Amino acid sequence: MVDKHEIDELLPLPPATFHILLAVAGEDRHGYAIIQDVAVRTDGELKLSAGTLYRSIQRMLEQGLLVETRERPAPEEDDERRRYYRITPLGTAVAKAEARRLTQLVRMARARGFAPGRA
Amino acid sequence: MNAYDALLRLYPASFRNEYGTEMRAVFKQRRRDAGGPVAIAALWIGTVAEVAGNAALVHLDILRQDLGYSGRMLRRAPGFAVTAILMVALGIGATTAAFSVTDFVLIRPLPFPEPSRLVKIWEKTPGYYGMEMSAPNYRDWKAASRSFESMGMYHFDEITLIGAGEPRRLNGTSVSADLFPTLGVVPIIGRTFTAEDDRPGAPGTIILSYRLWQTEFGGDPGVIGRQLTAKADFDDATFTVIGVMSREFHFPKSNSLFWITTRFSEREYQASERANNWLEAVGRLKPGITARQAEADLQVIAARLEREYPRENKDTGALVIPLGQEVSQRSRLLLLALSGAAGCVLLIACANLANLLLARALSRRRELAVRTAIGAGRERLVRQLMTENLLLAGVGGSLGIGLAIASVPLLARLVPATLPIAETPSVDLRVLLVAVGLTALTGIAFGLAPVVRIGRRPDLDGLREGARAGGGQKERLRSALVVGEVIASVVLLVSAGLLIRALLTVQAIDPGFNAEGVLTLRTELPMPEYGPVVARETYYSRVLQDVRALPGVRAAGFISFLPISSFRGGIWPVSVKGDADAGQDIRSANNVAVIRFVTPGYFEAMGIPLKRGRDIAEGDARDRQAVAVVSESFVKRYWPNQDPIGRHFTFAYADREVVGVARDVLFRGLERISEPQVYLSSKQVADGAIAFYSPKALAIRMTVPPAHLAGAIRDVIRRADPKVPITEMQMLTEMVELETASRSVQVRVLSAFAIVAFVLAAIGIHGLLSFAVSQRVQEIGVRLALGAQSSDILAMIVWRGVLLAIAGIVPGVLLAYAAGRSMEALLAGVRPADGVTLASAIALSFLMTVLGTLAPTVRALRVDPMTALRAE
Repeated sequence: MVDKHEIDELLPLPPATFHILLAVAGEDRHGYAIIQDVAVRTDGELKLSAGTLYRSIQRMLEQGLLVETRERPAPEEDDERRRYYRITPLGTAVAKAEARRLTQLVRMARARGFAPGRA
Repeated sequence: MNAYDALLRLYPASFRNEYGTEMRAVFKQRRRDAGGPVAIAALWIGTVAEVAGNAALVHLDILRQDLGYSGRMLRRAPGFAVTAILMVALGIGATTAAFSVTDFVLIRPLPFPEPSRLVKIWEKTPGYYGMEMSAPNYRDWKAASRSFESMGMYHFDEITLIGAGEPRRLNGTSVSADLFPTLGVVPIIGRTFTAEDDRPGAPGTIILSYRLWQTEFGGDPGVIGRQLTAKADFDDATFTVIGVMSREFHFPKSNSLFWITTRFSEREYQASERANNWLEAVGRLKPGITARQAEADLQVIAARLEREYPRENKDTGALVIPLGQEVSQRSRLLLLALSGAAGCVLLIACANLANLLLARALSRRRELAVRTAIGAGRERLVRQLMTENLLLAGVGGSLGIGLAIASVPLLARLVPATLPIAETPSVDLRVLLVAVGLTALTGIAFGLAPVVRIGRRPDLDGLREGARAGGGQKERLRSALVVGEVIASVVLLVSAGLLIRALLTVQAIDPGFNAEGVLTLRTELPMPEYGPVVARETYYSRVLQDVRALPGVRAAGFISFLPISSFRGGIWPVSVKGDADAGQDIRSANNVAVIRFVTPGYFEAMGIPLKRGRDIAEGDARDRQAVAVVSESFVKRYWPNQDPIGRHFTFAYADREVVGVARDVLFRGLERISEPQVYLSSKQVADGAIAFYSPKALAIRMTVPPAHLAGAIRDVIRRADPKVPITEMQMLTEMVELETASRSVQVRVLSAFAIVAFVLAAIGIHGLLSFAVSQRVQEIGVRLALGAQSSDILAMIVWRGVLLAIAGIVPGVLLAYAAGRSMEALLAGVRPADGVTLASAIALSFLMTVLGTLAPTVRALRVDPMTALRAE
């Protein structure tokens, strides 16, 4: 079980971190794949730069939200070995907690009529 | 791709090593996806901005991480952290404070334009360092010299402000009209003096100091033209305010409240006045002329004047000193001693810091080896250690700055009040930066010692359980540091000890009077009302009669100026019939005596014993033979081994008969040589003559606390004459204490430095030796297990401590002796090789070192040999 206190310490998540967690939620991905996934999901709205991506990844590794899986050749580039990242149970729990926080925020906004839909 | 690689260099190496390949791959794909030169250009522009921003953020991340780590490491070793921070703080604080004050007094130029061209001009006569100028000599020098652009003179003056309430006495300066232009200063409002203000009979004009302007006129900008009703020494006068000087202008001393003109007439310039030295002169040299050249110029003029006035100007030469160097030799020495002490403290602090960091580095070898083993690069370790050291230096430095800011006002009390500058120096930024830089450098240099090793080769030793740290080289370095600290503390202990001995010596000096239970005050007698002797005598007898009638008063008497009071001069030539030197040699220090007029009862009030003959009596009036009480040294000078009573000498325009001999009084101060003294009857003087020396100071010996009588005495004087201002009411003991006050401050400050240095050195030495011994615990265990006696081991280790102590004490004593020799002028006759001081300093340093070894050794010996060995 993940410590609730540990999760709360990390909230709210920086947007980049949240998106990276979403990108690696289904499968392990390498850096460029994460960038592409985020871009696709946000309709090109958010294009992570390499610097932002790896700075976030470094911090997320330290925080224990991600782990690095063993290096293997990227499917589209046979010659290069790439690092793959996998979400940890803490990462999943943090992403869920962040989603819950955002949902509550939206609900409050609806109650005041700031957002469409029912409260 | 090379361009991108270059961009990546902005990142810290650790980050680049980790993610460089990945980021290159991402960038490669981006570029491939971009397609088209416009898109590629856009990609490059975006990438440059992105890398720069993110690299900075990564650096910040690492800094935050390292700071956190350093904080945790330091919290885990609070002893180390606190000690190191204190070392840095004390080192930086002490040095900055001391050098700020020194710089302020000795180095900073005077607050006048082109200060290097300003000089002080003195007459030079045998027996005196520099003699004030006489008015005719000043006028002749000024007229004939060619080295000066301009010259001005001044003398201390006082006026009595008469307005509402009690009359008040103010300290100020009488100046010649050309003084302000010579200094190159202008008032903030109004004008300075012109030649018109400075001629005899001119209407009185006054320039206010900023302080007087604020206190007396509430800073009124319309003050110009306002009238001040005041009494100057000889005439009742009205002064018109013509100017106000700036807040920063203080001349000649910081206590001068106003400036008026001298308005000399021909009377001041007559030949007999050439021997009356009371003016101070300042000159502005012509560009390119040195003080030495100007002095040679004046020497020629002085020689000519000596030929013209062989009697009055006998042996009179010239002395020219840059105004900035007017700081007395003693103040200069003192500040240099202070700087030296601060330097010692900084050195000791740095040595301690180095030691601490070295010891800590050794004890951290395992930690660093482990971190290297699990993949931390050298760059990361160096960076982390740097952060840690800079954190220590930063915290210590801030504390040190606080310390410096707090202590500068304290040290400011060492600033001589005789300088034309405000009394409050502030912390000097340049000095602060130097001290901070020095400690940071020490921190970095010694803090990085462990990683330097790591860089060279895989440090697998560090991983071995129980590996012993420290090779012979480190051992020698540590010993050298201990020796250095012992040297510095010996020097400081000896210097402080010598100054303490000097203070005790001075405090033990007998001033020649008994200050206990004597209340003193000064009453300025307004002129011309008190010009006639009879007027003064009426006043004296009324006051003395009433004061003596007060319960608790044992004796009372008036004198011209009290010993050790604000005016300590007043010497006149003595002429004794038959004395070889006398008669001609009026300028020699050997043929002068202090002139003082007294009323009967003065000697009793002051507790000055009469060795022979009688006191000045009521019967010693105008129509009788002029009499004198002389001091023992006067008798020794003119009639050695003879009975002086009934002998005659010429002094102050009259033939005087010796009627009594009093004990010598150190009227010039406890630490100065005082000339022989002559006391004359206040009645035996012509009306209006020598009025400057009319008795105005009152000494009252009482058997009750002064608070009981102060009011009653004021009433007595007010009844005698309400127009007479009462000033300087204080106990004689306070005046004597004030005499040694500056010395006490000096001793306290230097002792504080010595104590700080000693404690720092003791902490440092103990820490070092503890560490050295702790490194040998296993060796001690083995030796004990092999049958060595504890006493042998103790002897072995203590012997090392003794050797270290001796190695430090021997050069320390030599240096201390040299330091003592160079500050001999401060020592009031205490010898630099003072046995007691040297012995105490040596004993203290020796004890400090040996005890530093002993304590950890005893701890080590208590360890069970098996425990020590098991740790292996």
